[in-house]
Amino acid sequence: MIQEQELKTFVEGTTNYFEVAAQQPASIGSPYLVTEGTPSCHEYTGMISITGKREGVVYFTAPKAMLTVLLMKMQESDFSHETMRDLVGEVANTISGNARKDFGRDFVISVPSVLSGERPEIPSAAGTRSFVIPINWRSHSAKLIVALK
Amino acid sequence: MNANGAKRAMKLMIVDDSNIMRRRIERSQQFEELELVGTACNGLEAIEMFRKMDPDVVTMDLTMPQMDGIECIENIVKIKPAVRILVISALADKATAVEAMEKGANGFLNKPFTDRQLNEAIAELIR
Repeated sequence: MIQEQELKTFVEGTTNYFEVAAQQPASIGSPYLVTEGTPSCHEYTGMISITGKREGVVYFTAPKAMLTVLLMKMQESDFSHETMRDLVGEVANTISGNARKDFGRDFVISVPSVLSGERPEIPSAAGTRSFVIPINWRSHSAKLIVALK
Repeated sequence: MNANGAKRAMKLMIVDDSNIMRRRIERSQQFEELELVGTACNGLEAIEMFRKMDPDVVTMDLTMPQMDGIECIENIVKIKPAVRILVISALADKATAVEAMEKGANGFLNKPFTDRQLNEAIAELIR
């Protein structure tokens, strides 16, 4: 299961993403462990599978309204469904890739895959427990979910 | 220099599997010395485009489907050893940066980045 220091790596990665890419810091809530079932998610979820010295999945899930503002902050003018999917995948990829600074190169990340829809359910990764890192940015809420063996 | 004595623009190719990132890099770069000649969303497409467009400068993502950036760098450096390559990747471990440079990359910029960081990295690359 993930250690406190490892969780800190993802908190810092999330903080850095919003500070740099969105040019506006996010407020990161206290991470918590999901004790029953799978965590709920928003309309768009980017997923990165982790293999190598650790196994599991990292998810970034956010509502369309938040992604729209994020895209505007990035000077993007295309707000299509495909662009929303692209963005959640890119955020999940960036935060997971940045984690290699602490985890090292054997923390192997996949290319992103994306879930979208009204209430998509994230698949549970066998043998893992999910930690949720709440993200509050402007008036919106999103989550980074880290499920590692 | 061309026949009129004017300096020829360097040809730029952008490789990234994210449309948002490709457009972001395209928008941010403000160098008169660079002319965008193509974009590609994976290593295989990049090699094909590279052969066709013969770019002088390439920005290269690493984590991509079909063929990753490291393998792509190896291939395009064999085609044109003088090509200048800036890796733009989320992979933040030192070993990956070292490997990319050993394969032939000339610079490494971590995602996420600001426009200023990108422009400084490209300026360094084409200096």
